[in-house]
Amino acid sequence: MKHIISALVLNKPGVLAHVAGMFAARAFNIDSLAVGRTEDPKLSRMTIVVVGDDRVVEQVRKQLAKIVSIVKVQDFAGHDMVARDLMLLSVAATPEKRPEILALIEMFGAKVVDIGSKYVMVEVCGPESKIEAFIDACRPYGVKDMVRTGTVAMSRQKSRTQTV
Amino acid sequence: MGKKSSSGAPGAGTIRKPGSQIIVDILVEQGVEVMFGYLGGVVLPLFDKLYDSPIKFIIPRHEQGGCHMADAYARATGKVGVIVATSGPGATNLVTGLATAMMDSIPLVAITGQVRTTLIGNDAFQEADTTGITRPVTKHNVIVKDVADLADTIREAFYIASTGRPGPVLIDIPVDVQVTETDWKGPKEINMPGYKVRTRGHARQISTAATAINNSKRPVVYAGGGIISAGASDELRTFAEKANLPVTTTLLGLGCYDQTKDESLDMLGMHGSAYANYAVQECDLLIAIGSRFEDRVTGKLATFAQKAKIIHVDIDPASISKNVYVDIPVVGDAKEILNELIGAVEHKERKEWFDMLAKWKKKHPFTYNRRAKTIKPQYVIEELCRQTNGDAIIATGVGQHQMWSAQFYKYKHPRQFISSGGLGTMGFGLPAAIGAQLAMPDATVIDIDGDSSFNMTLTEMSTAVMYELPIKVCLLNNGYMGMVRQWQELFYGKRYSQSSLKNPNFAAVAKALGAVGEVCDKKADVPAALERMLAETRPCLIDFHVDPEENVWPMVAAGKGLHEMDGLDIFESMS
Ligand SMILES: Cc1ncc(C[n+]2csc(CCOP(=O)(O)OP(=O)(O)O)c2C)c(N)n1
Ligand SMILES: [Mg+2]
Repeated sequence: MKHIISALVLNKPGVLAHVAGMFAARAFNIDSLAVGRTEDPKLSRMTIVVVGDDRVVEQVRKQLAKIVSIVKVQDFAGHDMVARDLMLLSVAATPEKRPEILALIEMFGAKVVDIGSKYVMVEVCGPESKIEAFIDACRPYGVKDMVRTGTVAMSRQKSRTQTV
Repeated sequence: MGKKSSSGAPGAGTIRKPGSQIIVDILVEQGVEVMFGYLGGVVLPLFDKLYDSPIKFIIPRHEQGGCHMADAYARATGKVGVIVATSGPGATNLVTGLATAMMDSIPLVAITGQVRTTLIGNDAFQEADTTGITRPVTKHNVIVKDVADLADTIREAFYIASTGRPGPVLIDIPVDVQVTETDWKGPKEINMPGYKVRTRGHARQISTAATAINNSKRPVVYAGGGIISAGASDELRTFAEKANLPVTTTLLGLGCYDQTKDESLDMLGMHGSAYANYAVQECDLLIAIGSRFEDRVTGKLATFAQKAKIIHVDIDPASISKNVYVDIPVVGDAKEILNELIGAVEHKERKEWFDMLAKWKKKHPFTYNRRAKTIKPQYVIEELCRQTNGDAIIATGVGQHQMWSAQFYKYKHPRQFISSGGLGTMGFGLPAAIGAQLAMPDATVIDIDGDSSFNMTLTEMSTAVMYELPIKVCLLNNGYMGMVRQWQELFYGKRYSQSSLKNPNFAAVAKALGAVGEVCDKKADVPAALERMLAETRPCLIDFHVDPEENVWPMVAAGKGLHEMDGLDIFESMS
């Protein structure tokens, strides 16, 4: 099962090496890893998606917490949270297929960010399932290139609102 | 660690000092009295300041030896061991020593020099990515690129090394940082947002554990090195006495519980006692304290302690339910938790259980062929134990001799048995004996070593000579990598592929290095040879030519359960 783990880390050189090294040394598999700044310049946030049963993921969480430059670790499993991936994807779009593809983009609430003579580049943001579905839908036309950020996630506030 | 302030350490931030002086002042401030290390270009500024410091400095013959010395110094005292090495090869030579300390949770601070900051990444002379190489073998490591961070980083290193689950911390310090001056800052409270140690056990978990103990009919305590690092041996004894519990220990736990007591089940595991292994398999409650269910201890997991509920007391949350599912985890310091348990447990008779244990203990003692004409290695150790009254500090290499040292010497005190358990580092014994002797100048310190292990670091004999340390090497020379030969005998049809070396004349080597050396090849000469060894005030080696094909029994072979020991029949025919 996939777990999304969020780690607040000190913004110091070598932290990423500590995390990556620990994963390699303990034979844990990383599905995706996203790193970025937070509102506090001293801290960064790593969002790590790992695959494994509950015991493995519990070990991952504990081993992460042991790393001295990691301040806080949270496993989102069972939490009410919002998770998003961002993807850029270039799909083949011949003039005759173009209307179909644009309709597809529209349907997914995606955005065209670049148009070439043979391809359109699309920006898609959403939960992983939506991203996967979009890729599947584009495949018949020919996917030229794609790049994904990996999942980022955040717990919801207490007052529940609908996912948009 | 004592938080003594250094003689020249002012409170105000007006005094400026170079990084090298800051390193030395903080070592003194942290209470370092003895340290180990080796020179090189990028640590010369540091060594220049050490020249005037009160710290006793020991130069090994190889950085690995120095690292094992610092490690054993820490094992013998509980203080943080300190090792210094230069960049590149100096730093890479530390790797085995750091890994050894890491696996056994030993507090070390390693300081390595690094090429100047402007050269880092350029493949400069003697440059190595030291923090990259040592990351998996340290509890924490850090490179200090700004001298303003140096003081706090070193203080934090001592704190991290010695608290929680202890371990080695490495600080890599470029040479320009050592010569750059900055304002001296005195110690302040350590606050690391990413490093918090929980020592107090959860009250409800403790009371659940106490209830389980009080209700248990067949309990066993399985104590590990964590008891020793927590300084909790006295509490363990009181706890076991009050609740009336038998105690078995791991290899690293030896000495944390007096083995001369009836309630001691000695060591468990692959070469543990039959009675400890049976007890674990038959118990209804396994009380693990400061031990981590390593594979050499548990044997086949699927059959391990199947009848038992498991309590696990450990300072490291990640150790809990890592290998074996634990019913009642208690995270915290063993000493604090034992103190609370002592208040909550009741004395229970458990006559049937103790009768059973006594029966096993009587039926399957550690033994060997006492009528043999050859020198049996076990005999040498038994005699050594007798002559030293079980009070010596014993260091070992790795192999059969290490297991016999665990089986046939009976330890009474914590920090008495110094051995590489987790990593199993051959060559650990001699430097470890040196480190322990420096820590305990008045103690009898003996390296019980194997010929192949001793070969790996024997050059450190001249370190013992240089510092006039009366260490004793009791070499159990079987002419083989005995433990490997045993496996080849049992599992590879006696095909002894590459497992014997042409050894030097060890006694002559010892003499050439300035120590005392002697050979003993007759059983009848063993007691007198040991007497001479123990009376010797100079470093001394006795090369005992022991039975070459003796095996370590009992043995739980790979993939077998703890109760499926081989060799018990051999045992019975011998005793
Ligand atoms: C550095 C290192 N290399 C290899 C091994 C594998 N190994 C374990 S025991 C052993 C043989 C040890 O021989 P010796 O020191 O003579 O001890 P004995 O078993 O004969 O008592 C070997 C090669 C090891 N533990 N450490
Ligand atoms: Mg040998």
